[in-house]
Amino acid sequence: MTKIESTILGHFGPYGGRFVPEALIGALEELEAAHNSALKDPVFQAELSHLHLTYTGRPSILTEAKRFAEHAGGARILLKREDLNHTGSHKINNVLGQALLTKRMGKKRIIAETGAGQHGVAAATAAALMGLECVVYMGEEDTRRQSLNVARMKILGAEVIPVTTGSRTLKDAINEAMRDWVTNVETTHYLLGTVAGPHPFPTMVRDFHKIIGEEAKIQVQELVGRLPDAVLACVGGGSNAIGIFHDFIPDTSVRLIGLEAGGDGVETGRHAATITGGSPGVLHGTRSYVLQDKNGQTVESHSISAGLDYPGVGPEHAYLHDIGRAEYRAITDAQAMHAFALLSKTEGIIPAIETAHALAGAIQVGNELGPDAILLINLSGRGDKDVETAAKYFGIQL
Amino acid sequence: MATSLDQLFAKVRAENRAALIAYIPAGFPSIEGCHKAIKALVAGGVDAIEIGFPYSDPVMDGPIIQAAAERSLSQGTGASDVFAALKCATDAGVSAVVMTYWNPIEKYGVDEFAQSISENGGSGVITPDLTIEESERWSEAAHAHKINRIYVVAPSTNDGRLEKVTSQCSGFVYVASLMGVTGTRTSISSGAGDLVARVRKVTDLPLAVGLGVSNRVQAKEVAHYADGVIVGSAFIKCLAEAEDEAQGLEAITELAKELSKGVREGR
Ligand SMILES: Cc1ncc(COP(=O)(O)O)c(C=O)c1O
Repeated sequence: MTKIESTILGHFGPYGGRFVPEALIGALEELEAAHNSALKDPVFQAELSHLHLTYTGRPSILTEAKRFAEHAGGARILLKREDLNHTGSHKINNVLGQALLTKRMGKKRIIAETGAGQHGVAAATAAALMGLECVVYMGEEDTRRQSLNVARMKILGAEVIPVTTGSRTLKDAINEAMRDWVTNVETTHYLLGTVAGPHPFPTMVRDFHKIIGEEAKIQVQELVGRLPDAVLACVGGGSNAIGIFHDFIPDTSVRLIGLEAGGDGVETGRHAATITGGSPGVLHGTRSYVLQDKNGQTVESHSISAGLDYPGVGPEHAYLHDIGRAEYRAITDAQAMHAFALLSKTEGIIPAIETAHALAGAIQVGNELGPDAILLINLSGRGDKDVETAAKYFGIQL
Repeated sequence: MATSLDQLFAKVRAENRAALIAYIPAGFPSIEGCHKAIKALVAGGVDAIEIGFPYSDPVMDGPIIQAAAERSLSQGTGASDVFAALKCATDAGVSAVVMTYWNPIEKYGVDEFAQSISENGGSGVITPDLTIEESERWSEAAHAHKINRIYVVAPSTNDGRLEKVTSQCSGFVYVASLMGVTGTRTSISSGAGDLVARVRKVTDLPLAVGLGVSNRVQAKEVAHYADGVIVGSAFIKCLAEAEDEAQGLEAITELAKELSKGVREGR
């Protein structure tokens, strides 16, 4: 059995840790203490469970994709429907947990970064629900790619600040959020949207998402009477993937497969496949794999999917990769868009383009393993936000 | 063995004044222009120079230094340019250190980085995002190459942690005057003096205050209680806003002259 513990200061082997300005240490320690006490507090856990039951829509259902499976070597394809959660993705699991922690710490303002806008929308939603002030940093480039989500955040009462520095995408939005946090840390919680960043974020965000895998493990066994052969998820920062992987880590018969954004192809250099095409380094407060040049400067990532367009990845994934417990593959834009169209046409489910990377992985792995295989896929989000991008890609007139 | 920086603080302590420390990113305003700027700062009377390693994701920096780093990186500035600038400063007769985010050190090689600092006459490195918990390899390398390790403390750092962080420091302690990023401010936060007083209780190391100092009056105010006054954004702003190179260089020499008066008026 492989045991993964984030021990002192959130290290996963050589990865993780805390690389931040000293000014943030107090806030990170406070957050770590709040999270640890909340984990043990039945009142907090009951409150979160109640929200999941009555607001998120948990447990999310499991859908078998029989017509899609015909294109995936005939393997049984089971979709964990995080797209049916309130706000349309897995992101709500994390924001509700962190928003409750924000209140527990007595803070009144949250800030968040967003790429696709899904995390920003989820954060704005939680802020509205709990009466918190919310500021979302979003790369200017992404505000254009995901204008519908910008409007959603504004309707929900959040302030959206377009970030015009650097590559104007997710990594720069994180930089700007960190600068805000250093300045306003007294009153503000940084509601980070993925399993990256300094400790305790990778551990804490995972803890809020691991319910995905816990539910799915029971659902799959009820449906098919055994564990799946492989669990697949797309990997941006890695939150939906760690969420569905985590409960399966001790089950070494289950392959864990993360699908990264291969963009134009890893060999072209225009991609966001951090583990496949990057190297160990430090970015945004944590040591993990990073897309970087010979001077340690972060290299811009590229993907058709704004939510995967990030040159870093969560440290637990780096570790799972290095010890061989999980595998990571790159899916190109074209492969992802093929899977996007296929799921839409065969199952009547339009997935997020991020999620389509996992579905493209399912097509590959299904064909490799054949009809006896059972694959569990995290359907991390729905594609409403991507209709414009997809229409453009497929030449559909709007 | 005392570094040049250690000797500098002993000297200014004897003169009963604060040291003036200037920050400039390598490769700014250009690779060659940076060397001219270093000489112009020395001509204006700065006691020490911090060479910034421009970085793609400077989360501790405000708009002025961000823009300078972007400009520098767009010209291809790399580690060799950082060390060349360091050498330029030490050759010009002042103490010099490098200020860098951690990843460029890790990428260059931790021991190799410390070695290159030493070989180019540098006294040490300021590492604003290296927490002491992650600093073991760096401590070993800095120790092996006899250079100073300078960490930042902030107003939010509690007393217990101040003791831990300063026990890992040498050369000086970088005292952040406020909670925030680099940049010029119209006034110095009153928290700066309070923090210096708290740090004095746990260490005898020299304390240099940075973040927000931009003029003679502020330098004088900080020099009253600190051993060093660090100025970055104000110099960079002069260079960035100058009509041409010559005017920019003249402006930073003038500003350095004013500030060096300020650090002598504090007590
Ligand atoms: C639907 C969906 N899936 C996946 C991701 C990628 O994030 P992570 O890797 O943290 O799950 C995003 C990010 O915006 C998303 O919106």
